[in-house]
Amino acid sequence: MTTFADVRSRLARPQQRKYLPLYATLALLALMYGSGVVQYEAFSDPQVVLNVFIDNGFLLVVAVGMTFVILTGGIDLSVGSVVALTTMVSAALLEQAHWPAFVVLPIALLIGPTLGFAMGCIIHYFEIQPFIVTLAGMFLARGLCYSIGTESIRINDPFWTSMGDAIHIGEYRISASVIIALVVVLVAAYVLAFTRFGRNTYAIGGNPRSAHLMGLPIARTRIGVYTISGFCSALGGVLFTFYLPSGNSLHAIGMELDAIAAVVIGGTLLTGGSGFVLGTVLGVLVLGLIQTLINFDGRLSSWWTRIVIGVLLFAFILLQRLITPRKR
Amino acid sequence: MNTVVKHRLFWPVAMLVVLLLSNLIFTPTFFNVEVRDGHLYGSLVDIVRFGAPLIMVALGMTLVIATGGIDLSVGSVVAICGALACWRISEQGDQNSVGGVLVAVALALGLALLLGAWNGFLVAVVGIQPIIATLILMVAGRGLAQLITDGQIITINSSPYKRIGGGYLWTVPVAILIALAVMALAVLLTRRTALGMLIESVGGNAEASRLAGIHSRRITLMAYIVAGLCAGIAGLMISSNVSSADGNNAGLWYELDAILAVVIGGTSLAGGRFSIAGTVVGALLIQTLTTTIYTTGIPPETTLLFKALVVTIVCLVQSPAFRAKVFQGRRRRPAAPPAGPTAATTEKVEVPA
Repeated sequence: MTTFADVRSRLARPQQRKYLPLYATLALLALMYGSGVVQYEAFSDPQVVLNVFIDNGFLLVVAVGMTFVILTGGIDLSVGSVVALTTMVSAALLEQAHWPAFVVLPIALLIGPTLGFAMGCIIHYFEIQPFIVTLAGMFLARGLCYSIGTESIRINDPFWTSMGDAIHIGEYRISASVIIALVVVLVAAYVLAFTRFGRNTYAIGGNPRSAHLMGLPIARTRIGVYTISGFCSALGGVLFTFYLPSGNSLHAIGMELDAIAAVVIGGTLLTGGSGFVLGTVLGVLVLGLIQTLINFDGRLSSWWTRIVIGVLLFAFILLQRLITPRKR
Repeated sequence: MNTVVKHRLFWPVAMLVVLLLSNLIFTPTFFNVEVRDGHLYGSLVDIVRFGAPLIMVALGMTLVIATGGIDLSVGSVVAICGALACWRISEQGDQNSVGGVLVAVALALGLALLLGAWNGFLVAVVGIQPIIATLILMVAGRGLAQLITDGQIITINSSPYKRIGGGYLWTVPVAILIALAVMALAVLLTRRTALGMLIESVGGNAEASRLAGIHSRRITLMAYIVAGLCAGIAGLMISSNVSSADGNNAGLWYELDAILAVVIGGTSLAGGRFSIAGTVVGALLIQTLTTTIYTTGIPPETTLLFKALVVTIVCLVQSPAFRAKVFQGRRRRPAAPPAGPTAATTEKVEVPA
């Protein structure tokens, strides 16, 4: 329910407030990087940051898709499974059916959007919670993985393996995935900031009822964001196979949590309507830097990553809670 | 006949019966239950016994969902409690001492209470959306469990502890007895006292309940604590049954199975009305499905596909929009504009100060 007071408080809200989580994430990132540089000599090498991008390129793409969904106030739990399904389908088609790479690639990229489109339709037309629909999608995609095969399939296709090779720029190296991921980020940022679709996305997340009353195309937008998220997951899956040339039904278990965490730490409101793709990039960098710091430390075990992510998630959700005015 | 079909437990029970009967075709001895060495044996007993942890988790989840919330952290709580109990037992000199096992169990359950209270605090007092609030513990919980087990799988050899999940009492598996006791307690407390009605009223409209003089916060907090405790007991059962604790894989995807059981049982995810009997039927249905897939020789990998199918069908049938569109054609349009179920439900579960 939108009341006059609600609208007024929204309008009266200082515009700066929506950047606050972004600044917090940026500060956190600077703090983490600074502490790394102070503690470890090798940390100041720019390659460390590039490695974070190389190791998290696929997560970045998936998280960008998740940003669209969360901006509308929804959630997509199926992303991890779709990544796994994409790796599995590409590996099976390439290595077992021996299809050429240029045929496999479009097929692999089509799985995600198709599933996303179907889930979006169910969510919109039958008014079922996104949480439960994408949960079913998660089961479905993971189940399809298992029915393709339970064994890991190695990819030896020359195109695929060549995409995983490092690209040297001067003395530094990045991978094709990093470039693709950054292109995705730029396109997503452009779509959200400067297109009608992007504005509709924000409007639906801000207040679906008023968006409806304003005559915005809710169906198209809502189904669109799930399709985008599906596409990003599929692309993430392809990048995953570039990074790790194999198909495995156990790939990317729990990646949906990482993606959601990255989006939240990046300052996107979980209730929808406010957030930036740039924030998501920062969120992914925070997750990547945590991993890097723990690797550099050497004494801490890998499970500290999850605990630290949990703590950060808590801190940022609390921050969100503090800066959003209570409704009614 | 019509009243039987209209009953909200009709479809879940019918599906359960069909599944059980279809087993009879593949295994004619499926319904045989016998007493061997003073122990109850049979496929049906196994279904209930292996389904007991899921029943426990789903019971707690029912209460949480009834208040309009959701608890994603139960799987992690299962892992943490199993890990803590096994760690405590492995640390003591005599693993078979009953006192030591009791201390370990008490510690684990105490921690479960604490974790539940943490979730409840975030939802009821801080006012964070339940999905998000419990997501924190879901992410961090696996890390905590591995912290306790030090990344290893702790294996123990303790006969008193083994009894919780794998033992027998009066010829009946202990796990079934525990599940029955908790079930009875839950029914007694929610249906013979005003508690059930209070929970339903908080789930229906937290703000209105508060204005009517119900401590909505306290009720919500309690629901999450109970969910944590139930998950803790399930964690003990699971780790005791295999005499080991695996921080990574124990209770993996249990939250999803539990939510599925609750939804199948006819409890609406929007909160408000709940059915404990329905949840138990739902949990048994899921366990029977798993058992059926194993016994009939269908590849076990397809379990997830079946679950996806079941979730989708159940949710579609429950959805008023779907019913309006499919069963009544285009004649009657749904009154509410498609303003988004998320917005409506999240607004409802927010508990104001």
